[in-house]
Amino acid sequence: MAEKAAKKEKIPRQSMPEQGAQARKRNFEEVPLGYPEESAVKEAERCLQCKKPSCIDGCPVAIDIPAFIKHIKEGEFTKSVRKIWERNALPAVCGRVCPQEIQCEERCILGKKGEPVAIGNLERFVADLEREHGKGDLPPKSKPTGKRVAVVGSGPSGLTVAGDLILKGHEVTVFEAFHKPGGVLVYGIPEFRLPKEIVYSEVNFLERLGVRLVCNMVVGRTVTTDELFEEGYEAIYVGVGAGLPRFLNIPGENLIGIYSANEYLTRANLMKAYLFPEYDTPIARGKNVAVFGAGNVAMDSARTAMRLGADTVRIVYRRSRNEMPARAAEIHHAEEEGIEFYLLTAPTRFLGDENGRVTGMECLEMELGEPDESGRRQPVPIEGSKFQLECDLAVIAVGAGANPLLTQSTEGLNLNRWGYIIAEPETGKTSKKAVWAGGDIVTGQATVILAMGAGRTASDSIHQYLTWGW
Amino acid sequence: MFEILKRQEMADGTVVLNEISAPMIAKKANPGQFVILKANETGERIPLTMADTNPKKGTVTIIYQVVGKSTALFKSLKVGERYQDVIGPLGKPTKLEKVGNVVCVGGGTGVAVLHPITRGLKELGNHMASIIGARTKDLLILEDKMRAASHELHVCTDDGSYGHHGFVTDVLKEILKKENIKLVVGIGPVPMMKFVCKLTEEYKVKTLVSLNAIMVDGTGMCGCCRVSVGGKTQFACVDGPEFDGHQVDFDELMQRLQAYLTEEAEAYEKHKCECKAA
Repeated sequence: MAEKAAKKEKIPRQSMPEQGAQARKRNFEEVPLGYPEESAVKEAERCLQCKKPSCIDGCPVAIDIPAFIKHIKEGEFTKSVRKIWERNALPAVCGRVCPQEIQCEERCILGKKGEPVAIGNLERFVADLEREHGKGDLPPKSKPTGKRVAVVGSGPSGLTVAGDLILKGHEVTVFEAFHKPGGVLVYGIPEFRLPKEIVYSEVNFLERLGVRLVCNMVVGRTVTTDELFEEGYEAIYVGVGAGLPRFLNIPGENLIGIYSANEYLTRANLMKAYLFPEYDTPIARGKNVAVFGAGNVAMDSARTAMRLGADTVRIVYRRSRNEMPARAAEIHHAEEEGIEFYLLTAPTRFLGDENGRVTGMECLEMELGEPDESGRRQPVPIEGSKFQLECDLAVIAVGAGANPLLTQSTEGLNLNRWGYIIAEPETGKTSKKAVWAGGDIVTGQATVILAMGAGRTASDSIHQYLTWGW
Repeated sequence: MFEILKRQEMADGTVVLNEISAPMIAKKANPGQFVILKANETGERIPLTMADTNPKKGTVTIIYQVVGKSTALFKSLKVGERYQDVIGPLGKPTKLEKVGNVVCVGGGTGVAVLHPITRGLKELGNHMASIIGARTKDLLILEDKMRAASHELHVCTDDGSYGHHGFVTDVLKEILKKENIKLVVGIGPVPMMKFVCKLTEEYKVKTLVSLNAIMVDGTGMCGCCRVSVGGKTQFACVDGPEFDGHQVDFDELMQRLQAYLTEEAEAYEKHKCECKAA
């Protein structure tokens, strides 16, 4: 056994080819290019097929990881993707945007001494192969139950619920407020990280399974949850995302050229403003860009600004590198593309010209003090450290809060003091009968896969309810 | 869905009315609320406050001025053709209540937004004096409808070609001097709303305005439409579009409406060239 392990370890973790930094920083094409078949099989061979695999525990939707990898090793790619579908309807998305390094791959036994199996890359490989060359076979569905479920929001958690419940034989309708489905996968995550065609293809897969999709439907305005019950829906899942931009609340924030990351990315991604004037939605193309915050959304914003022709793009963050919440890979990609980091820097006000356009900002240097309630060390301003930075475009990416549009129009839905929906962690049940909730509208801004995990939990509970009662 | 059932050009073809099939929106909409429309795949999301709704027929009516590429594209849609997307009703409805004497002041296509509000206030038993204005007679819209929705109607033109020669604020001032007015509703170009509010502030009369900020999603998600109201940032899409006019920073709004001036001109020019070529 030890010998076998040692032999396997000789195959190094297969790297994924990607577009070079100089070329990619000016285009919107995807950065990593995917495994060729040979690398995928080689990488799959590295998996030890542990008897008690801990990678599965690290996966919020508990994909049978060793099983799907075994199929790749054997060249059974369709079987492999089917294995993933049992637990995850969006493998091409998750293979790209899941933080595997803190989930499945972190638990991989190979990672103890060397590098873990590239589980995410393999997931992406089989999902892409199926999408591009698959016969379009669908997984088997249970016989129809005649029960109708409404899913509010077509982001990752809503799509997961839809995929789960359609396979269990229920009728599922997904309502989306935007004109296109996908939620944050479409308006938030940029094309170069997650091509929209992939999201639409995964949504299309759900539609082929029988999921009905209704766009332009603002639940809370066009229709209320109670009206959905009156129409005959027996269960409602609310996965509307966080969707309320946070600003810095400093003077000058309403100057032209200052965007929330939500607005900036929605214009660029959903509205395809990077193709203006071919597409009609405009977006400011800054030369000196400042992005506030250091999470994945900040990295996405910074890299988008670079692709829109900026000379300099700076991430301005009030804590230090250690506290940056973005994935290491995203920070690395940003740095490769020439994004600069102004750490321990906090803006205090924006400066503008006579036309109300932003021209710069005043900042303070910070140092780290005692840990705050988030457990991270609190930034404290250094006296007399005031300085100015120029910018003609600023993007504020310091997180999102709970959008009250749906929650305020739904009676009987208990919210916490920040406006997020209170849902039982084990079931996703809310205080309102037959209403479940999950994803960012429950947890606050988190990751795609955690939202999907919440969707999985809720769909199990919804299925139980539709079979046995509340 | 979203088929154009009726189309009418007004004000010398610079303003267009579309009655659009949108049953779910029509059922829910109230005066003061808006919809977001997108003509086609590459189109922009454009917010427009509804000029009318017909829940029985399942239609909403919009009236817009052609000012750039997107509205030119809207104008090119014929009866029987469809908007790709219509979303709504969005924003808070106007709080209609009986207060007594009310003056409704409208300029340009703002009159279209003002009309259902005026009608609603009249139905509640308010005494309605209305003032509508335009640059010149030919650009005036909805005179008959506003007359029917009001007890008295005053018409103003900047060039004196019809009605009172001068601004709506001239007439408003005369009314404020003479009568005990409880509420003024002012909807129109930003400078008009600004001067209406300046005047009513002097007379300490509560004034509602409806703001046409630039928007993307219209559901409070992006913050593009932020306006300063009473020194606080508000989102026109979910906190408005109507606000207490005495609290609104109109100068900031005017600047923010110019955010994409260059891009808008570029897109409109390109569109005109393509139309000529075709």
